[in-house]
Amino acid sequence: MTDHLPVLLVVVPLVAAPIAALLNHPRLSWAVAVAATLWTLYAGLELLSQTMASGVIHYELGGWAAPYGIEYVVDPLNAWVVVIVTLIGALIAPYARVSVEREITEDRIPLFYAAFILCLTGLLGIAVTGDVFNVFVFLEISSLSAYALIALGSDRRALTASFQYLIMGSVGATFIVIGIGLMYVMTGTLNMADLADRLPEVASSRTIPVAFTFLTVGITLKLALFPLHLWLPNAYTYAPSAVTAFIASTATKVAVYLLLRFFFTIFGATFSFDVMQLDRILMPLALIAIVAMSLVAIYQENVKRLLAYSSVAQIGYMVLGISFASVLGLTAGILHLFNHALMKGALFMSMGCVMYRVGSVRLERMNGLGRAMPWTMAAFVVGGLSLIGVPLTVGFVSKWYLVQAALEQGMWPVAGVVLLGSLLALMYVWKVVEVAYFREADPELGISEAPLSLLAPTWLLVLGNLYFGINASDSVGVATRAAEMLLGVLS
Amino acid sequence: MDDRVILRVGAKILIPFILVFALYVQFHGDYGPGGGFQAGVIFAAGFVLYALIYGLENVKKVLPPQAVYICSALGVLLYAGVGYVTMALGGNFLDYGVLAHDPEHGQHYGILLVELGVLITVFGVMVAVFYAFAGRRRADT
Amino acid sequence: MTALGLFNYWAVIFLMMVGFYTLIARGNLVKKIIGLNIFQTSVFILYITMGKITGGTAPIFVEGGEDVIYSNPIPHVLILTAIVVGVATSAVGLSLVIRIKEAFGTIEEDEIQDESL
Repeated sequence: MTDHLPVLLVVVPLVAAPIAALLNHPRLSWAVAVAATLWTLYAGLELLSQTMASGVIHYELGGWAAPYGIEYVVDPLNAWVVVIVTLIGALIAPYARVSVEREITEDRIPLFYAAFILCLTGLLGIAVTGDVFNVFVFLEISSLSAYALIALGSDRRALTASFQYLIMGSVGATFIVIGIGLMYVMTGTLNMADLADRLPEVASSRTIPVAFTFLTVGITLKLALFPLHLWLPNAYTYAPSAVTAFIASTATKVAVYLLLRFFFTIFGATFSFDVMQLDRILMPLALIAIVAMSLVAIYQENVKRLLAYSSVAQIGYMVLGISFASVLGLTAGILHLFNHALMKGALFMSMGCVMYRVGSVRLERMNGLGRAMPWTMAAFVVGGLSLIGVPLTVGFVSKWYLVQAALEQGMWPVAGVVLLGSLLALMYVWKVVEVAYFREADPELGISEAPLSLLAPTWLLVLGNLYFGINASDSVGVATRAAEMLLGVLS
Repeated sequence: MDDRVILRVGAKILIPFILVFALYVQFHGDYGPGGGFQAGVIFAAGFVLYALIYGLENVKKVLPPQAVYICSALGVLLYAGVGYVTMALGGNFLDYGVLAHDPEHGQHYGILLVELGVLITVFGVMVAVFYAFAGRRRADT
Repeated sequence: MTALGLFNYWAVIFLMMVGFYTLIARGNLVKKIIGLNIFQTSVFILYITMGKITGGTAPIFVEGGEDVIYSNPIPHVLILTAIVVGVATSAVGLSLVIRIKEAFGTIEEDEIQDESL
């Protein structure tokens, strides 16, 4: 069975989704979702250890050999992304039961789980496939289910947020299809490895730079790089809590993975960065994202929206790492994929706990929550410290590598901006901490601690923040392997 | 709609042919142009035509929304089920060659079964979309 | 010759721009979806045009014809998938529009923004 792991990783949730819909019972569908996410977590970890031990895994769908058939390829980079997605999925699924019962009407719950599993399927499919058109198909599976999930939010503005995301997401996906089509017309192949072989011959034509541009814009739309992030704050703010936590820690990460895959594996670092000079556009945008979006976050009154803007800033860190196009920079970017998933997952999940008890995540409703919900707010504080980059948390590890990568290239101002970003993060995290700990609560409200089924997954992620902050050798090891592979230093 | 005899009679004559044509596109899809997507849409079009002429209530008697819901999930299961069977028989996922002793026959059965799964899902989803939109009253009335 | 020979591509660019403009400039949500559809359709035509080979026939196997030139069927297959995705996107988009109409009482973007405040 282990031979079939790459495809089973995707196909098991693909089957679980219609089963969850057919059972049509809130608890049973939930059980299916938990089972499916646990299975994908197992498969993801197994794939990561296999590929770290014995190199790249290939799987030919239908027995048709690549480049004619569709091939699934697992290497350290996408196994890493798979582990991030499945880890968050496996923590969100148990978390979702209580949270979703509160926020979504009962008749929609089975379909919620079906859409949730489908979204997971799509994200995992993007990660493992070795075929560029397959990427588009899985991208749309995950996006369409994400639109539906966001629209389930209890606020009516969830609908407009979802619609806005649908329009911008579809434009992004269509741009990606145009790019893929133009690459296909020049090379006659859709297989990633084959494309990488054939593209250099035709790279001097006008078509390939155009394809490259379409892909860049399409993917950066999907990953919400400043200034294409406009869909993100509303979508994160009004989606149900479990959905926000899931999408915030996985969807943009997978888009960053696509960016890496297209620019480094398919086009190659030489073409992307020396010929097209991608770093000249990515780096300024990343720096603006870090500073401007952190500043915007400081002024938010809704904590979910605050965290959403902070996410755009954090995406800036990942893209900044990528724009160095050095092993150290890529390591920092890939590491931050994982670390940001850990911290934002924990933060949004603690906000889900607040939503469960208080019914709102606006700052004025959170007075004195530090005493009423000590565990929830403690989780928020640790996640916030991680966001700032305090030592002993994962945030510190990724910033450490990022600053090192900047200094390696002698870019002092860039390192300064990274540190400035930390300072701004301190300001917006403090804003929440101040309200929660230094203001008197209204005792009549009688708010108590969130139930264990919400707290346990949240705290698992929080402990992950601490564990991988103290013992970073595993995560740094994988990220370095992936970075070396992308730049062709190792292989 | 009781007085529109031409439409009622015309639809009655057309609908069986639409359904049969859908099946033709489906079962001819292994060697000629066609397949589950197109067949599913054509099959759904037959029911949509029936609903347009005879009303939504009548078509829901023939095809209850619950059945449509089950169809759209069942097709995916059939599709993936074929994949699981091929894996159990020792091939890769969707490697139809192992479905029969002669790989060529296996490919034949495999593609027809998978396309049947596609047909069922596409048919289910198309009719479900139609039901969802047609069954909705105007918000302002 | 070159200008006319690229007629399909001109059509693609025209449709793409029409769709994209509608998508951006119109405040009515249904018109936005229509713009998105036109935009996607232009990509379908782009793919189908790529599959055409001069003098090529439909890619159905011809008995005994070894030197028959076939058009490339792969872009057609790919775009069939993209069409299905497009249909699904429209369906999700339009159902969102209906729910927005029920929740806000309008489908004009500026009026929705006034409502949301």
